[in-house]
Amino acid sequence: MVEWTDFERATIQDIFSKMDYESVGHNALARCLVVYPWTQRYFGNFGNLYNAAAIMGNPKVAAHGAVVLHGLDRAVKNMDNIKATYAELSVLHSEKLHVDPDNFRLLADCLTIVVASRLGTGFTADVQAAFQKFLAVVGAALRKQYH
Amino acid sequence: MSLTAKDKAAVKAIWGKIGGKADAIGHEALARMLVVYPQTKTYFSHWSDLSPGSEEVKKHGKTVMGAITGAVDKMDDLVGGLSALSDLHAFKLRVDPGNFKILSHNILVTLAVNFPGDFTPEVHVAVDKFLAAVSSAIADKYR
Repeated sequence: MVEWTDFERATIQDIFSKMDYESVGHNALARCLVVYPWTQRYFGNFGNLYNAAAIMGNPKVAAHGAVVLHGLDRAVKNMDNIKATYAELSVLHSEKLHVDPDNFRLLADCLTIVVASRLGTGFTADVQAAFQKFLAVVGAALRKQYH
Repeated sequence: MSLTAKDKAAVKAIWGKIGGKADAIGHEALARMLVVYPQTKTYFSHWSDLSPGSEEVKKHGKTVMGAITGAVDKMDDLVGGLSALSDLHAFKLRVDPGNFKILSHNILVTLAVNFPGDFTPEVHVAVDKFLAAVSSAIADKYR
Protein backbone atom coordinates (compact mmCIF):
# COMPACT_ATOMS: atom_id res chain seq x y z
CA MET A 1 0.00 0.00 0.00
CA VAL A 2 1.46 3.33 -0.99
CA GLU A 3 1.44 5.93 1.78
CA TRP A 4 0.71 9.47 0.62
CA THR A 5 1.31 12.51 2.80
CA ASP A 6 -1.26 15.29 2.82
CA PHE A 7 1.20 17.45 0.91
CA GLU A 8 1.65 14.78 -1.79
CA ARG A 9 -2.10 14.29 -2.22
CA ALA A 10 -2.78 18.01 -2.38
CA THR A 11 0.10 18.56 -4.81
CA ILE A 12 -1.06 15.87 -7.24
CA GLN A 13 -4.69 17.07 -7.16
CA ASP A 14 -3.56 20.66 -7.62
CA ILE A 15 -1.25 19.96 -10.58
CA PHE A 16 -3.83 17.90 -12.47
CA SER A 17 -6.80 20.16 -11.69
CA LYS A 18 -5.01 23.03 -13.44
CA MET A 19 -3.58 20.99 -16.28
CA ASP A 20 -4.46 21.26 -19.96
CA TYR A 21 -4.49 17.51 -20.58
CA GLU A 22 -4.50 17.81 -24.38
CA SER A 23 -1.57 20.20 -24.52
CA VAL A 24 0.54 18.52 -21.85
CA GLY A 25 -0.18 15.06 -23.25
CA HIS A 26 0.74 16.15 -26.76
CA ASN A 27 3.94 17.85 -25.67
CA ALA A 28 5.06 15.04 -23.35
CA LEU A 29 4.57 12.28 -25.92
CA ALA A 30 6.16 14.32 -28.71
CA ARG A 31 9.14 15.13 -26.48
CA CYS A 32 9.52 11.44 -25.64
CA LEU A 33 9.58 10.50 -29.34
CA VAL A 34 12.25 13.17 -30.00
CA VAL A 35 14.45 12.67 -26.95
CA TYR A 36 14.23 8.86 -26.96
CA PRO A 37 13.75 8.06 -30.66
CA TRP A 38 13.71 4.30 -30.10
CA THR A 39 10.25 4.76 -28.53
CA GLN A 40 9.01 5.39 -32.08
CA ARG A 41 9.02 1.60 -32.49
CA TYR A 42 5.53 1.50 -30.96
CA PHE A 43 4.06 3.99 -33.41
CA GLY A 44 4.79 2.52 -36.82
CA ASN A 45 1.36 3.52 -38.13
CA PHE A 46 1.57 7.17 -37.04
CA GLY A 47 2.98 8.37 -40.35
CA ASN A 48 5.60 11.11 -40.46
CA LEU A 49 7.94 11.00 -37.42
CA TYR A 50 11.09 11.91 -39.37
CA ASN A 51 12.16 14.93 -37.35
CA ALA A 52 11.18 17.00 -34.33
CA ALA A 53 8.98 19.37 -36.34
CA ALA A 54 7.13 16.47 -37.98
CA ILE A 55 6.62 14.78 -34.62
CA MET A 56 5.31 17.96 -32.98
CA GLY A 57 2.95 18.61 -35.90
CA ASN A 58 1.68 15.03 -36.18
CA PRO A 59 -2.03 14.90 -35.27
CA LYS A 60 -1.87 11.23 -34.24
CA VAL A 61 0.85 12.07 -31.71
CA ALA A 62 -1.32 14.87 -30.34
CA ALA A 63 -4.37 12.62 -30.09
CA HIS A 64 -2.48 9.78 -28.46
CA GLY A 65 -0.78 12.11 -25.99
CA ALA A 66 -4.22 13.17 -24.82
CA VAL A 67 -5.32 9.51 -24.49
CA VAL A 68 -2.32 8.77 -22.26
CA LEU A 69 -2.92 11.80 -20.03
CA HIS A 70 -6.61 10.99 -19.61
CA GLY A 71 -5.47 7.47 -18.66
CA LEU A 72 -3.29 9.03 -15.94
CA ASP A 73 -6.38 10.74 -14.63
CA ARG A 74 -7.63 7.39 -13.33
CA ALA A 75 -4.72 7.28 -10.92
CA VAL A 76 -5.27 10.90 -9.89
CA LYS A 77 -8.83 9.99 -8.91
CA ASN A 78 -7.88 6.69 -7.20
CA MET A 79 -4.62 7.44 -5.44
CA ASP A 80 -5.22 4.84 -2.75
CA ASN A 81 -5.89 2.09 -5.24
CA ILE A 82 -3.60 2.66 -8.20
CA LYS A 83 -2.49 -0.96 -8.50
CA ALA A 84 -6.05 -2.27 -8.93
CA THR A 85 -7.06 0.69 -11.08
CA TYR A 86 -4.40 -0.19 -13.67
CA ALA A 87 -4.64 -4.00 -13.62
CA GLU A 88 -6.41 -4.14 -16.99
CA LEU A 89 -4.18 -1.49 -18.57
CA SER A 90 -1.15 -3.41 -17.34
CA VAL A 91 -2.34 -6.54 -19.11
CA LEU A 92 -3.03 -4.46 -22.23
CA HIS A 93 0.48 -2.96 -22.29
CA SER A 94 2.08 -6.37 -21.73
CA GLU A 95 -0.04 -8.76 -23.79
CA LYS A 96 -1.36 -6.61 -26.59
CA LEU A 97 0.89 -3.57 -26.98
CA HIS A 98 4.13 -5.36 -25.96
CA VAL A 99 5.61 -2.18 -24.49
CA ASP A 100 8.95 -2.54 -22.68
CA PRO A 101 8.12 -1.22 -19.18
CA ASP A 102 11.34 0.82 -19.15
CA ASN A 103 9.44 3.15 -21.48
CA PHE A 104 7.09 4.17 -18.65
CA ARG A 105 10.02 5.87 -16.94
CA LEU A 106 11.09 7.60 -20.16
CA LEU A 107 7.62 9.06 -20.71
CA ALA A 108 7.40 9.95 -17.00
CA ASP A 109 10.66 11.93 -17.29
CA CYS A 110 9.33 13.83 -20.31
CA LEU A 111 6.06 14.54 -18.50
CA THR A 112 8.06 15.86 -15.54
CA ILE A 113 10.02 18.19 -17.85
CA VAL A 114 6.84 19.50 -19.54
CA VAL A 115 5.06 20.12 -16.22
CA ALA A 116 8.23 21.75 -14.83
CA SER A 117 8.37 24.16 -17.76
CA ARG A 118 4.68 25.05 -17.32
CA LEU A 119 4.83 25.60 -13.55
CA GLY A 120 8.22 27.33 -13.51
CA THR A 121 9.34 28.24 -10.00
CA GLY A 122 6.09 26.74 -8.70
CA PHE A 123 7.67 23.36 -9.50
CA THR A 124 9.67 23.34 -6.28
CA ALA A 125 11.85 20.39 -5.23
CA ASP A 126 9.07 19.14 -2.92
CA VAL A 127 6.49 19.37 -5.71
CA GLN A 128 8.92 17.58 -8.04
CA ALA A 129 9.39 14.80 -5.48
CA ALA A 130 5.61 14.32 -5.11
CA PHE A 131 5.05 14.34 -8.87
CA GLN A 132 7.87 11.88 -9.57
CA LYS A 133 6.68 9.58 -6.76
CA PHE A 134 3.18 9.59 -8.28
CA LEU A 135 4.52 8.70 -11.75
CA ALA A 136 6.75 5.98 -10.26
CA VAL A 137 3.73 4.40 -8.56
CA VAL A 138 1.79 4.53 -11.83
CA GLY A 139 4.72 2.93 -13.66
CA ALA A 140 4.98 0.16 -11.08
CA ALA A 141 1.24 -0.54 -11.36
CA LEU A 142 1.48 -0.72 -15.15
CA ARG A 143 4.39 -3.13 -14.79
CA LYS A 144 2.60 -5.35 -12.28
CA GLN A 145 0.85 -7.77 -14.66
CA TYR A 146 3.88 -8.37 -16.88
CA HIS A 147 5.18 -11.92 -16.74
CA MET B 1 25.13 7.66 -28.83
CA SER B 2 27.78 10.14 -29.93
CA LEU B 3 27.34 13.89 -30.16
CA THR B 4 26.55 15.10 -33.67
CA ALA B 5 27.54 18.55 -34.93
CA LYS B 6 23.91 19.59 -34.42
CA ASP B 7 23.98 18.40 -30.79
CA LYS B 8 27.20 20.31 -30.08
CA ALA B 9 25.77 23.48 -31.60
CA ALA B 10 22.58 23.16 -29.52
CA VAL B 11 24.59 22.62 -26.32
CA LYS B 12 26.79 25.65 -27.02
CA ALA B 13 23.71 27.75 -27.79
CA ILE B 14 21.81 26.89 -24.59
CA TRP B 15 24.97 27.35 -22.49
CA GLY B 16 25.30 30.78 -24.11
CA LYS B 17 21.74 31.53 -22.95
CA ILE B 18 22.50 30.25 -19.45
CA GLY B 19 25.46 32.62 -19.24
CA GLY B 20 26.12 33.92 -15.74
CA LYS B 21 23.18 31.96 -14.33
CA ALA B 22 25.25 28.75 -14.41
CA ASP B 23 26.05 28.96 -10.68
CA ALA B 24 22.36 29.30 -9.79
CA ILE B 25 21.44 26.44 -12.12
CA GLY B 26 24.05 24.21 -10.46
CA HIS B 27 22.77 25.18 -7.02
CA GLU B 28 19.16 24.48 -7.92
CA ALA B 29 19.92 21.15 -9.64
CA LEU B 30 21.91 19.90 -6.66
CA ALA B 31 19.24 21.08 -4.21
CA ARG B 32 16.54 19.30 -6.21
CA MET B 33 18.59 16.12 -6.30
CA LEU B 34 19.07 16.03 -2.53
CA VAL B 35 15.31 16.48 -1.95
CA VAL B 36 13.90 14.28 -4.71
CA TYR B 37 16.50 11.48 -4.41
CA PRO B 38 17.32 11.42 -0.68
CA GLN B 39 19.73 8.50 -1.08
CA THR B 40 22.17 10.93 -2.71
CA LYS B 41 22.56 12.64 0.67
CA THR B 42 24.78 9.74 1.73
CA TYR B 43 27.68 11.37 -0.13
CA PHE B 44 27.45 14.54 1.91
CA SER B 45 27.39 13.30 5.49
CA HIS B 46 30.32 15.64 6.17
CA TRP B 47 28.17 18.74 5.52
CA SER B 48 26.36 20.45 8.35
CA ASP B 49 23.37 21.57 6.28
CA LEU B 50 21.85 19.69 3.34
CA SER B 51 18.83 21.93 2.90
CA PRO B 52 18.33 23.72 -0.45
CA GLY B 53 19.31 27.11 0.98
CA SER B 54 22.55 25.99 2.56
CA GLU B 55 25.84 27.63 1.67
CA GLU B 56 27.45 24.21 1.22
CA VAL B 57 24.85 23.17 -1.35
CA LYS B 58 25.21 26.51 -3.14
CA LYS B 59 29.01 26.30 -3.24
CA HIS B 60 29.07 22.71 -4.41
CA GLY B 61 26.40 23.31 -7.06
CA LYS B 62 28.65 26.07 -8.42
CA THR B 63 31.66 23.74 -8.44
CA VAL B 64 29.88 20.95 -10.28
CA MET B 65 28.17 23.20 -12.81
CA GLY B 66 31.46 25.03 -13.38
CA ALA B 67 33.08 21.77 -14.42
CA ILE B 68 30.16 20.89 -16.70
CA THR B 69 30.33 24.36 -18.29
CA GLY B 70 34.05 23.74 -18.83
CA ALA B 71 33.17 20.49 -20.57
CA VAL B 72 31.12 22.39 -23.19
CA ASP B 73 34.45 23.49 -24.73
CA LYS B 74 35.84 19.95 -24.55
CA MET B 75 33.09 18.14 -26.45
CA ASP B 76 35.53 16.92 -29.11
CA ASP B 77 37.47 14.95 -26.48
CA LEU B 78 35.59 14.63 -23.20
CA VAL B 79 37.54 11.61 -21.95
CA GLY B 80 40.84 13.45 -22.43
CA GLY B 81 39.55 16.79 -21.22
CA LEU B 82 37.95 15.37 -18.06
CA SER B 83 40.76 12.92 -17.22
CA ALA B 84 41.77 14.60 -13.95
CA LEU B 85 38.15 14.74 -12.78
CA SER B 86 37.77 11.10 -13.68
CA ASP B 87 40.75 10.26 -11.46
CA LEU B 88 39.18 12.23 -8.64
CA HIS B 89 35.81 10.46 -8.91
CA ALA B 90 37.32 7.00 -9.42
CA PHE B 91 39.93 6.96 -6.69
CA LYS B 92 38.86 9.51 -4.12
CA LEU B 93 35.13 10.29 -4.29
CA ARG B 94 33.95 6.90 -5.59
CA VAL B 95 30.47 8.17 -6.41
CA ASP B 96 28.38 5.31 -7.80
CA PRO B 97 27.99 6.19 -11.51
CA GLY B 98 24.22 5.62 -11.31
CA ASN B 99 24.09 8.97 -9.55
CA PHE B 100 25.41 10.83 -12.60
CA LYS B 101 22.12 10.05 -14.35
CA ILE B 102 20.21 11.32 -11.34
CA LEU B 103 22.05 14.64 -11.24
CA SER B 104 21.74 14.95 -15.04
CA HIS B 105 17.96 14.53 -14.79
CA ASN B 106 17.80 17.29 -12.18
CA ILE B 107 19.89 19.59 -14.38
CA LEU B 108 17.37 19.01 -17.19
CA VAL B 109 14.43 19.78 -14.87
CA THR B 110 16.19 22.96 -13.68
CA LEU B 111 16.72 24.06 -17.29
CA ALA B 112 13.03 23.38 -18.08
CA VAL B 113 11.94 25.46 -15.07
CA ASN B 114 14.24 28.40 -15.83
CA PHE B 115 14.34 28.40 -19.65
CA PRO B 116 10.97 26.95 -20.71
CA GLY B 117 10.96 28.62 -24.11
CA ASP B 118 14.53 27.63 -24.97
CA PHE B 119 14.43 24.06 -23.66
CA THR B 120 12.76 22.61 -26.75
CA PRO B 121 12.72 18.84 -27.41
CA GLU B 122 15.72 19.22 -29.74
CA VAL B 123 17.73 21.11 -27.14
CA HIS B 124 16.59 18.58 -24.51
CA VAL B 125 17.92 15.60 -26.48
CA ALA B 126 21.24 17.37 -27.18
CA VAL B 127 21.80 18.31 -23.54
CA ASP B 128 20.74 14.83 -22.38
CA LYS B 129 23.32 13.28 -24.72
CA PHE B 130 25.97 15.78 -23.62
CA LEU B 131 25.42 15.07 -19.93
CA ALA B 132 25.50 11.32 -20.63
CA ALA B 133 28.81 11.75 -22.47
CA VAL B 134 30.21 13.83 -19.59
CA SER B 135 29.05 11.15 -17.12
CA SER B 136 30.73 8.46 -19.17
CA ALA B 137 33.98 10.46 -19.30
CA ILE B 138 33.89 11.00 -15.52
CA ALA B 139 33.38 7.26 -14.99
CA ASP B 140 36.16 6.42 -17.46
CA LYS B 141 38.79 5.46 -14.88
CA TYR B 142 36.45 3.57 -12.53
CA ARG B 143 37.66 0.14 -13.59
